[in-house]
Amino acid sequence: MGDPQLFGFVGPSVNWWALMPQIILLGAALAVLLVSALAPQRASNVFTTVTTLCAAFTSFVVAIGLWNDVKIDGPSSSIASAFGVDGFSIFFTVLILIGLATTALLSHGYLEREGMDPPEFHALLLCSAAGAIVMASANDLIVMFLGLEALSIGIYVMIAMHHRRSEARESAIKYFVLGAFSSAFLLYGIALTYGATGSTNLVHVRNYLDTVVFRDQHLLMAAMALLLVGLSFKVAAAPFHFWAPDVYQGAPSPVTGWMASIAKAAGFAALLRIFFAAFASHDVDWAPIVGALAVITLVVGAVMAILQTDVKRMLAFSSVSHAGYILVAVHSASAAGTSAALFYLFTYTLMVLGSFAVVGAMGIDDEHPLSRYAGLGRSRPVMAIGFTVLLLAQAGIPTTSGFIAKFQVIAAAVDNKSYFIAGVSMVTAVIGAFMYLRIVMAMYVVDEGEEGSSPIWHWTTSVVVIAAVSFTIVVGLVPQFLIEFAQDAVPILIRG
Amino acid sequence: MQLLAAQSAASFPVLNALIIVPIAGALVVVLLPNSRPELMRPIGAIFASIAGALSLYVMAQFSVHDPGFQFQSIQSWIPSLGINWHVGVDGISLWLVVLTGLITPIVLVAVDPHHDPKPYTAWLLMLQAGSFGAFLALDLFLFFVMFEIVLVPMYMLIGGWGYDDRRYAATKFFLYTMAGSALMLVAIVSVATLSSGSQDITFNVIELAQRQALSTNTARLCFLAFVLAFVIKVPVVPVHTWLPDAHTQAPTAGSVVLAAVMLKLGTYGLLRFGLYLFPEASVWAAPTLATLGVIGVVYGAIVATMQKDLKRLVAYSSVAHMGFIVLGIFAFTTQSLEGGVLQMINHGLSTGALFLLVGMLYERRKTRAISELSGIQSAAPIFAGVFTVAMLSSIGVPGLNGFVGEFLILIGSYETRRWWTVIAATGVILAALYLLWAYQRVFHGEPTADDEKTADLSLKEGLVLAPFLVGIVFLGVYPKPLLERIEPAVNDLISHLEYHSDYVQPHLGDPVVVERDHGSEDDH
Repeated sequence: MGDPQLFGFVGPSVNWWALMPQIILLGAALAVLLVSALAPQRASNVFTTVTTLCAAFTSFVVAIGLWNDVKIDGPSSSIASAFGVDGFSIFFTVLILIGLATTALLSHGYLEREGMDPPEFHALLLCSAAGAIVMASANDLIVMFLGLEALSIGIYVMIAMHHRRSEARESAIKYFVLGAFSSAFLLYGIALTYGATGSTNLVHVRNYLDTVVFRDQHLLMAAMALLLVGLSFKVAAAPFHFWAPDVYQGAPSPVTGWMASIAKAAGFAALLRIFFAAFASHDVDWAPIVGALAVITLVVGAVMAILQTDVKRMLAFSSVSHAGYILVAVHSASAAGTSAALFYLFTYTLMVLGSFAVVGAMGIDDEHPLSRYAGLGRSRPVMAIGFTVLLLAQAGIPTTSGFIAKFQVIAAAVDNKSYFIAGVSMVTAVIGAFMYLRIVMAMYVVDEGEEGSSPIWHWTTSVVVIAAVSFTIVVGLVPQFLIEFAQDAVPILIRG
Repeated sequence: MQLLAAQSAASFPVLNALIIVPIAGALVVVLLPNSRPELMRPIGAIFASIAGALSLYVMAQFSVHDPGFQFQSIQSWIPSLGINWHVGVDGISLWLVVLTGLITPIVLVAVDPHHDPKPYTAWLLMLQAGSFGAFLALDLFLFFVMFEIVLVPMYMLIGGWGYDDRRYAATKFFLYTMAGSALMLVAIVSVATLSSGSQDITFNVIELAQRQALSTNTARLCFLAFVLAFVIKVPVVPVHTWLPDAHTQAPTAGSVVLAAVMLKLGTYGLLRFGLYLFPEASVWAAPTLATLGVIGVVYGAIVATMQKDLKRLVAYSSVAHMGFIVLGIFAFTTQSLEGGVLQMINHGLSTGALFLLVGMLYERRKTRAISELSGIQSAAPIFAGVFTVAMLSSIGVPGLNGFVGEFLILIGSYETRRWWTVIAATGVILAALYLLWAYQRVFHGEPTADDEKTADLSLKEGLVLAPFLVGIVFLGVYPKPLLERIEPAVNDLISHLEYHSDYVQPHLGDPVVVERDHGSEDDH
């Protein structure tokens, strides 16, 4: 269109194909909303769920295509290098899409049971997933922040959507206030990064840090600290985890699963991209802090978990301690550590989604006491054994994916000569195991006169639990394919 | 030699089959319809027996004078992490494999779970598979997987079919063992990583034992992490407290397998992964560990004397017997190690039989309190007779298997650890005290009306116990078939120790140099 001067502004070139996964999800969200507005009677629960699943699947196919492109052509960036297309981003895209499909299935049963409006929920879920993908793919801190907000705002509303329950509203307010608080930290960190390096683009930050030696790096240190605090809130690492148990308890179970898995995964994606990729040259500065954070998180997660009597709170603290393991992997600041973190996140996501599927089926009252699970081993043997596998996997028992994940984290820590941290993570694994065993015991060992509540199973719950359990065991026995996937995803766009 | 064995095994991977058959059995049992509960145990027993028959096949095909690993089978498992599926058997593990192969079908036939036969059978089969795997593994990662996975079936058995306090006992059992193995995993990764140097990372036990690439202090630390896992499993005083609870609350089948097979994972681990991987560190820590073993012998015996519950008494007798084995292992002589390996089998037979008998007594009387039983001998003479044989074997009366093992341990340990041996020998006397005293109270005396009604052994129970009695008498009279297969492997292990440390085995008849080791002797 002729002379660029005439128009004064030339938009950056956009690789639409690379953005397809998000575009499909957002398109599906719009479609769901439009149908519900124009033809409300058509926007049934089945319609919205199927739309979401189809969107997730199409997006998944595109992601596989992108994966092959990246393998052949190498990583690239788009929109003025604000958006990265690399193994790392596609790894998380795949993970987020699996989480999306699972959560859509789980919420299908939940929305039906609670008589809630499906279209809004699914639209928010789709937006939230698109936000998570943007966050994991962002190559610029501002874009990352946009992704984070899109992810979070969807979650705030999804928590509160069950408006008859006051706990849900309380939980949403709590998450909103603390989420906004952590966003402020993050933004301040971004601003200081810009101040220290002159750019918010991660490649520029990396190149700047590689070439420039600071006489005084206080500004950069402050930026790193603030970014770390902001993201620690999101991934629920201690001591920034206080919102997690209350919010997990109050939120509808499918949303809790989504928060515990995908919100955490996206948070770690951002953490890895910022610290492992952009701040790589300064790992002596941030790795010890991440290590300390990991130790605190592991100990707090394990010790607090065994003090709980409410299953949702137990799993909330267990998700805190899982964040600790992933931080151990991040701490090693190596390719092995990063691929261990990716493997961990992938397997953990399925474990936690499967677990919250069972929890969701056990009822939604304000309290979620352990006694509700009494005798599940007899009344629902298949589901009980499935839940047992998922719990033992979270405890890191061999022949499950959880063990392979922990093993890689330990191997990365040992490789990095962090024997102390490796030891702490194994000891806290034992402490944490007590909590998982309590739930297993409750299901199988029943005293006279003790009776649990009968679960309300929806067929989608069974599908999710069986899929999660199969995945957990298959990866536990033959993990090679997933290890390779995680290893291939490590070379992050920026290589200096 | 090892290559040859590996090639001959390539025709039929019998060791892999050992692990797979019980797992297949468990799957078959799980898929059986719930409407046919009577089928579960027989079908489970068939699979367990096939595995048992395969273990006998391994025994028959085992080349007697080969000290190395036979029937080796290596498959790539997780190539990115350098992990292989690597199994093999030598003289040390051979008899434990046979014991595992034979105990499980017997237990399945012998003990009626009373409820939920399907999961019960499946868990027992998984336990058999896991135990085989742990004894056969020659890859540290594989070993850890098997070592830890056996916890789950045992935990489920105690929790699902145990007695009143089963929640506590099962959880304690699980957490104790898991706590022990937690640091072992770190040590496993450290050993593999630090030994790799410029070579590829490997978890291959044989390879790592040959490399000996760790510095002295690192090796000692890693050794301690391994030892912690194994002493908890053995169990050695003071980390034994899970055992009495687990044994007392476990169903009979659980107790038998726990005593006969699972405790051996600890002593086997000390031999295979302690002495073999860390020869220098083993010699360094031997005085302490031998002391702990002796403390176990005496402490277990004294506490056993005080027990009011017959099953708890047998459990504490296990602590004492396993202490003997630990002493034998850390005395580092051919006889003491042979005795240690043999005593693992003996303890499996005698204590396994005792737990079965106590279980049968409980079935009849619904009590195990010694004070509530008396004069059973007159009502059930055959029962009392079988109990006597198992008990005498446990005491170590000459002519029965227990004597051979204990005698070898004592004679072998005397060479290198004289005062330890002197004190441990009192354990033999104490064993006679607590077992005979308990026997006297339960089987002699005036029977009450309830005691009169105690039924004698049925034919089935007799058939179940017969293999134990045969084993007890046969090994007591003619232990040679076992010893001649154990000896090459044991000698190989000792020369490995001598090669990699300053330890030299004294020869019988040489003047004994008493080692002055301050501190540890004062411990008693």
